[in-house]
Amino acid sequence: MACDDYKDLLMGYLDDELSNEQRRRLEEHVARCADCASELDDFKKLKAITDEAALLEPEDRVWRDYWSGIYNRIERSIGWIVFSVAAIALIIYGGFRAIEQLIKDPAVEMLLKVGLLALMAGLAILFVSVLRERLYFWKRDRYKDVRR
Amino acid sequence: MASLCQEELLAMQRCRGGSREAFELFVNRYMKDAYFIALGLVGNREDALDLSQEAFVRAYRNINQVKPGRGFFPWFYQILKNLCISHLRKRKYRQASSLDAEDCPEVEAPGDGFLPDVVVDRNEVKDKVWRAIGRLDDKHREVIILRHFRNMSYERIAEAIFCNKGTVTSRLYYARKRLQELLSTEKGGSTSGV
Repeated sequence: MACDDYKDLLMGYLDDELSNEQRRRLEEHVARCADCASELDDFKKLKAITDEAALLEPEDRVWRDYWSGIYNRIERSIGWIVFSVAAIALIIYGGFRAIEQLIKDPAVEMLLKVGLLALMAGLAILFVSVLRERLYFWKRDRYKDVRR
Repeated sequence: MASLCQEELLAMQRCRGGSREAFELFVNRYMKDAYFIALGLVGNREDALDLSQEAFVRAYRNINQVKPGRGFFPWFYQILKNLCISHLRKRKYRQASSLDAEDCPEVEAPGDGFLPDVVVDRNEVKDKVWRAIGRLDDKHREVIILRHFRNMSYERIAEAIFCNKGTVTSRLYYARKRLQELLSTEKGGSTSGV
């Protein structure tokens, strides 16, 4: 076996993931290969340094309040969805009724009616445009098929 | 371990029925992993807490997507990782925009927004290590965080990142090589010198 073939064993040795047989094979190789012995030594030093740089534990209250933070988010997101759907439905309904009444009202000037219709048409075009753009980017999103 | 898996499968079934109490079991079991993995990936405590909690919220909403018989953690880890990557991308974009605005494109963004002083007890060596980790590729940083800072076995890492143990070993090898390079190029530092 060439030195390259021992790379995996070096990692396993370092992380205590080897079987007794694999460990023995690596130790035998390292005993007669100065390059691999030096590489293993460097890796051991690196491991010691990274082990020292352990992440700081946050205060206890972070763990105590962790679940309630998630629970509140879940609850609020449900509240926001219901609120948003209701608000959108009411705004659309109210808007259509108001415009319908204005258009049907003979007392309202023609210019205002044309303006309102143009406003509606503009909003519809904007909506379709944004929707098309979203669909375009969604189809090309590299991460949309990330396995779950 | 088998009983734990059984417990998770039962909790998963209850979660599918909308049980928040059952979901709390997953949160209690994995909140530390989630927080520390996010902290390792984004390097900022507030963001790590926010992203890890958001990942749990998304997991709760989409729990029905977990294939029957699959464990919770590998699936959850993908959500968390995607959130962190997306967050880092936005942060890079914001940093690039602010540098453009100041008209000084030659200034390099420092270490991907990593804040070593708030991540670990500060000293010079630890700062160097965390700056170097912050400069690793995403896939290399990921295996270093999972192995060194969450002490996960190769098998568990392989499960979480959807690859085999051989790939984990190989990534760890190149990640550590790169880390050695980065530490040795740090001003006045080397792996043998620190």
